[in-house]
Amino acid sequence: MSTERKIRVLIAKPGLDSHDRGAKIVARALRDAGMEIIYTGLRQTPEQIVETALQEDVDVIGLSILSGAHKVLFPKIMGLIKEKGIDDMLVFAGGIIPHEDIHDLKKIGIKEVFGPGTPTGVLVKFVQENTRK
Amino acid sequence: MRKAEQLVQGVLQGNRRSIAKTITLIENNEPEAPKIVSVLYQQTGKAHVIGVTGPTGSGKSTLIEKLIRELRRRGKTVGVVAVDPTSPFTGGAFLGDRVRMQEHSTDEGVFIRSMANRNATGGLAKATKDAVRVLDASGKDIVIVETVGAGQSEVEIVKVSHTVIVVLAPGLGDDIQAIKAGIMEIADIFVVNKADRQNADKSLSEIQAMLEMNTEKKGWKPSVLKTTALTGEGITELLARIEEHKEYLKKGALEASRKDQVETELVEAIKQKIAESMVEDLKRKGEWEKLKQKILAKETDPYSVADRLLRKLRRN
Ligand SMILES: Nc1nc2c(ncn2[C@@H]2O[C@H](COP(=O)(O)OP(=O)(O)OP(=O)(O)O)[C@@H](O)[C@H]2O)c(=O)[nH]1
Ligand SMILES: [Mg+2]
Repeated sequence: MSTERKIRVLIAKPGLDSHDRGAKIVARALRDAGMEIIYTGLRQTPEQIVETALQEDVDVIGLSILSGAHKVLFPKIMGLIKEKGIDDMLVFAGGIIPHEDIHDLKKIGIKEVFGPGTPTGVLVKFVQENTRK
Repeated sequence: MRKAEQLVQGVLQGNRRSIAKTITLIENNEPEAPKIVSVLYQQTGKAHVIGVTGPTGSGKSTLIEKLIRELRRRGKTVGVVAVDPTSPFTGGAFLGDRVRMQEHSTDEGVFIRSMANRNATGGLAKATKDAVRVLDASGKDIVIVETVGAGQSEVEIVKVSHTVIVVLAPGLGDDIQAIKAGIMEIADIFVVNKADRQNADKSLSEIQAMLEMNTEKKGWKPSVLKTTALTGEGITELLARIEEHKEYLKKGALEASRKDQVETELVEAIKQKIAESMVEDLKRKGEWEKLKQKILAKETDPYSVADRLLRKLRRN
């Protein structure tokens, strides 16, 4: 039998957001592009997210946040990713993130930040182009 | 082969990254996977494997979360393999089972892995079985496998389990039909979940009636109990039933069921190996496409071709 690789993506919701419509739209678009999506559900701590990424051995982590807590939570998450030695995973972020924060987020290893209106096609293409599968 | 050896060592020491990487190799069917699995195979057989199946939305994942919680309280380590279907149209999958179990994601004594079935009928069973083996070899006391539905593939997967729990819920309509369609034989324990719902007792007595009619089954008599996975009600009773079943298996039935498992797996392995090598052979000789064309043109059919290949193989 031949090998059958699939892009596995963790869609994670850090912080205290109370809805996940955006995250679910992203999840659906990536799934429809043939990827396997693991979803964490709401209100995840950085530890939970990183540990889940590790156990699920995903290729990509998508962080979705609306609450404005990204400045605290994202550096924590990126720190843990390094600590656990899974920094080969591609990390992107989406949700409500002010433009002026994007530079800092990219500096800590988040590859791209997508605003609320991003067409899902752009996202799918980004993931496909940044994973070697 | 160094990488493979390192992974094996890591799995045996319970290293989470190694466990995760090994399962990925298995589900991608990478060349080093069979070797790793056969080495790990020697170290399996210690875990009690519980299969949890039943219709969509009956509460399987919620119930498993409660089982994990109670098992952890009792000091047991737990592995979970949660299987969801791959979309036949896009090849993608949404793996949502672990949402209900996230509380345990940072617990060192718990390892949860989601898997898509990747549309492989026989292969599905194999990758899942091997993932269960990895968790077993990593030293988990209990390994739980969640699958959805009542189809043949679920029945296959469930063969890896020592104890099979079929989770139903009131108001899911064709439950009883589903059971009759073949899940009946595989269940060691029936659960009517969502006991907080009105017609739970009706479902319970329907299943009870059905179980009473089935007097043929010797040995273990499957029974039915109610749970409310949302609150955890009925979980202690369920664990007691699982424990009883485990005791029952210890008294000899386990040996028999292991023999059955070995037999099915041996048959599967032979089928896979022979089919693979025959197909490869045909492809190498450039006959594969021609054969397909002939079948499409109705000049021959798959069974005649297979017969001819078998005869040829036997002559050699
Ligand atoms: N009322 C009630 N709802 C429950 C109970 N157990 C689970 N649910 C709900 O039923 C829904 C489905 O639960 P899951 O645990 O995801 O069910 P599942 O069988 O794993 O679903 P699939 O994996 O999609 O097949 C969720 O909304 C749960 O909150 C229960 O005991 N009572
Ligand atoms: Mg589930």
